[in-house]
Amino acid sequence: MLDDMDRRLLRYWQAEPSLSPGELAERCGMTPGKAARRIAKMEDDGIVQGVSAVVNWAALGYAVEVSLRVTLDKTQSNAFDAFLAEARQVPEVIEVQTFLGRVDVRLSIIARDMAHYQQIYRSRILTLPHIADIEALMQVARIKSEQTLPI
Amino acid sequence: MIDLDDIDHQLIRSLARDATQSASALGRRYGLSQPATWRRIRRLEEEGILRGRRLRLNAESLGFGVTVFLGIKLATKGRVSLEDFERAVAAIPEVQTVEHVLGLYDYRLRVVARDLPDFERVLRRRIMTLPGAGEVEANVLLSEERLPGPLGL
Repeated sequence: MLDDMDRRLLRYWQAEPSLSPGELAERCGMTPGKAARRIAKMEDDGIVQGVSAVVNWAALGYAVEVSLRVTLDKTQSNAFDAFLAEARQVPEVIEVQTFLGRVDVRLSIIARDMAHYQQIYRSRILTLPHIADIEALMQVARIKSEQTLPI
Repeated sequence: MIDLDDIDHQLIRSLARDATQSASALGRRYGLSQPATWRRIRRLEEEGILRGRRLRLNAESLGFGVTVFLGIKLATKGRVSLEDFERAVAAIPEVQTVEHVLGLYDYRLRVVARDLPDFERVLRRRIMTLPGAGEVEANVLLSEERLPGPLGL
């Protein structure tokens, strides 16, 4: 499994994902070759899944982000699958999560403004199948968003 | 807002999947020279459309088997300083994201833990003791997927 050096690599990399492989190795006090081998191993083991660019939807004109918490009608045996399959077809849905708890599914929806949100909500969301209840949380601000792990 | 064309949208989509791709590799795919591709990426960064990078790690294989979303209502609105609450909650290592929201709850947190007993520890010792924390609702994450979003529409 992972040793201290691996964890150290992940900690530095996670804190600064834009570091080049050379810079990362230097921060960790390793030779570039050693760091590259450890990273390749962690990629093979599925621990490191990749590096993504973070898209700022607000800068693309999507000023509104709403979290919709959906409870499904579980008397329908295919409620989850049918709902998820159709929710994926809505372009403004950027994230889909399923839960154990009071909420079954959560959708993150982006919209240009409130009028646009209203339109998506009425024409694309309320028409999704097997919804029993739906609650909206509107995002006011992101206080912390790096989503790092306490390695 | 700047004007983006199809190639810009493709670049955003492609970099959101894998930000380590070189400008020359991306250029070859979209029929652009390396410098032209590089200029487009630079512009997307300068306009704040591409805002940094994120290392995607498999939480479970690193020993974090549980992810829980918490909805938190502040107990005494008006008397608690939001800044104090936000500073304290953002400092908890197990708290991955904090969103200030409008609706049923005041804050939405994403919390990772090794297992359910570990989550209980975080909840009792760190979350419930936050200044002003009132009602808390927890939902355990079962699955999640990110979708490309309305690019190019």
